[in-house]
Amino acid sequence: MANMAQAIRMALHYGESKLGVKDIFGQDVGAPLGGVFTATQGLKTAWNAPLDERGIIGMAMGIAMAGDRCVAEIQFCDYIFNTIDLLKIAGNTHWVTNGNYSLPMVVMTPVGAGIRGSIYHSHSFDAWASRLAGWKVVMPSNPLDAYGLMISAIQDPNPVLFMKPKALMRVRGEELIPGEPADERELKNMIDAPIGDRSKWKAKWPALTDYTVPIGQGKITRSGDQLTLVSYGRMLLLCNEVADLMKEQGASVEVIDLRSIYPYDWQMIKTSVMKTGRVLFVNEDTEVTNFGEHLVYRCVQELFYHLLARPQVLAGKHVPGIGLHPNLEDASVPQKHEIIELVKSILDEVP
Amino acid sequence: MTKPSLDIRSSRSNRKKNLAFQKSPKKAAGAKVNGSMVAANKGTTGKSVNKNLSAFKGLDKSTVLYMHSMMVKSRVLEERLIKIYRAGESYFWIGGPGEEAFGVPLGMLVNKGQGLAHDFLHLHYRCTPTLIAMGLTMVDAIRLMMNRATDPSTGGRNFSGHYCFPKWNVAPVTSPIEVQYPIACGTAHAQKRSGHQSLTVVTGGDAGTAEGDFASSLILASRKGSELPLLMTVQNNKWGISTSFDGQHGEKFIADRAKAFQIKARVMNGNDPIESYLCIKEDMEYIRKTGKPAFIEALVSRLYGHSSASGANPVEGEVDPVKVFEEKILREDLLTANEVKEIWRAFEEEGMKASEQARTEPVPQSSSVWDHTYVGSENADWRKF
Repeated sequence: MANMAQAIRMALHYGESKLGVKDIFGQDVGAPLGGVFTATQGLKTAWNAPLDERGIIGMAMGIAMAGDRCVAEIQFCDYIFNTIDLLKIAGNTHWVTNGNYSLPMVVMTPVGAGIRGSIYHSHSFDAWASRLAGWKVVMPSNPLDAYGLMISAIQDPNPVLFMKPKALMRVRGEELIPGEPADERELKNMIDAPIGDRSKWKAKWPALTDYTVPIGQGKITRSGDQLTLVSYGRMLLLCNEVADLMKEQGASVEVIDLRSIYPYDWQMIKTSVMKTGRVLFVNEDTEVTNFGEHLVYRCVQELFYHLLARPQVLAGKHVPGIGLHPNLEDASVPQKHEIIELVKSILDEVP
Repeated sequence: MTKPSLDIRSSRSNRKKNLAFQKSPKKAAGAKVNGSMVAANKGTTGKSVNKNLSAFKGLDKSTVLYMHSMMVKSRVLEERLIKIYRAGESYFWIGGPGEEAFGVPLGMLVNKGQGLAHDFLHLHYRCTPTLIAMGLTMVDAIRLMMNRATDPSTGGRNFSGHYCFPKWNVAPVTSPIEVQYPIACGTAHAQKRSGHQSLTVVTGGDAGTAEGDFASSLILASRKGSELPLLMTVQNNKWGISTSFDGQHGEKFIADRAKAFQIKARVMNGNDPIESYLCIKEDMEYIRKTGKPAFIEALVSRLYGHSSASGANPVEGEVDPVKVFEEKILREDLLTANEVKEIWRAFEEEGMKASEQARTEPVPQSSSVWDHTYVGSENADWRKF
């Protein structure tokens, strides 16, 4: 099975060979490195940009304005903050021009903690991104979804932010990507750049086919009827583990992989919460004005009389950064034991 | 939304008048950029056609007179917009009085059209002269000023001067200054790849060059082997709102920064439309031929302050490029005083009629607030998904 980096790479190849993507660019995106997580190795349209995030986003906007398709990368989301007004402009261009211009562009960036990345390689961006009206925002939790969401992002006529949970880039999936060889070693030999001199290396791409995950469509990864866990990205895997553990203990937890932060699959959340009456939203962005708070607000507004317990959010602590030492990182972003404790307390809550 | 068909220039009464000074020299038979071919406009003034054109450095009469008429039209329009603001019919004015002598020649020289085969323009909010020279109608500028639903640039959503015309590759003008510079590198990149000899124009003011985006564009435009067909201009009026250039900039000329990136760069008098025309033309030819960027720092005036926020009152001591050019035209006998007067009067009348027209047109409805949040406005209102 492909890992997420390989899945994204294959989706980008599909984009440049079948969907008209003409530029895949950013810092270290082109040869020889092919991306700090190797997600852009071997791509014919990949090129290295100057170390300038605003230049990268601005250029992507111009390419889109000219009618060409591109995928731009900010190497880590920790460095996207100085582009925030350009992202805002990209999001409002279609609106403020009354539909005159659209900006079909994809920006991808690794997010989240989990690799001991210290203060500037551990940020999350989903809460910030959810405030960028005009953008669609997605985050996969497995390679197949990464492939399908990237193809959807490339095909979308709007700007799309594709967040890569960096701690999952080497995690393999459970389902084959359409066209992917079943043998992991065969795939590696085909599309992973060799160590050392890569100047003459070219990727041999499998016969990939179209596969999309519609933006705005979540997925139920565990079925249950006592509590709903809603998450995405790296935290989704923890939620799955918690649901499995709770099942062993006799509790039935439903897990929703939101996959899209905006637009989000409210109907899936609503249906589940109306069934369970209890809900916990889990993500690792900081907790004050967290995206999960918006979802809690909506649950309270629309599902108040279906609730059996207070809807809650488990998110990153409202601290300025993620400290390098594991004790600091683990105290800053949600941990599995915290999810378990909170799930149990919500299940124990008597209305 | 249906765009009204009114175009003051093509209304019946004006078709009858068929004002010769509004004709683009590009469309006038026989007109070209030298002093020997001006027969097409011979009847415009009734004067000897080759007289005193040496003062205009070889430009033919039709070009000179068209340039003058567009400068007047832009000025009349801007002053009309200020009057609209003062009359309480608009919330804000910002524009380009003082930049006509650079902006009009720029608009005359672009390869106008839509798509990669034509030039792209990423302009700042003092770009009315450029767009007037490209064919902007007064009524469309006034629709923007009066926030009408019929405003073709924004549908009543943005300030005056914040134009957007995809049919001419005019990118949306933004309030954040300087962001247009790196965005322009993107359109130039796509143009170069397309193989056309089209170019991208990006304009801005001197104060905005303090932003990092200006440096970004210098780097992106001049990458070795990947140079971009980009005409970068800075209209230096020596002011950033109320802050003087001199107190903020250590460099003698902004153009010197471009030179450091091996970009062809010059400083010129942006209050002289003839010099502007010749410099822009030469640099555009260089860019189309080489595929490499060029940089112009044009020294210009700012005649009505920053915007209505600072009063939009005439500023003493600034050179008025329209008046200076007009005096030269009169001095060289290309027009009579009465003919000049008639040009101003005709544009004043056009501005009045355009205002009256825009005043009658609908404003945006509250229900349209979600329109165009996304292409097709899908999922715009989260309460509905």
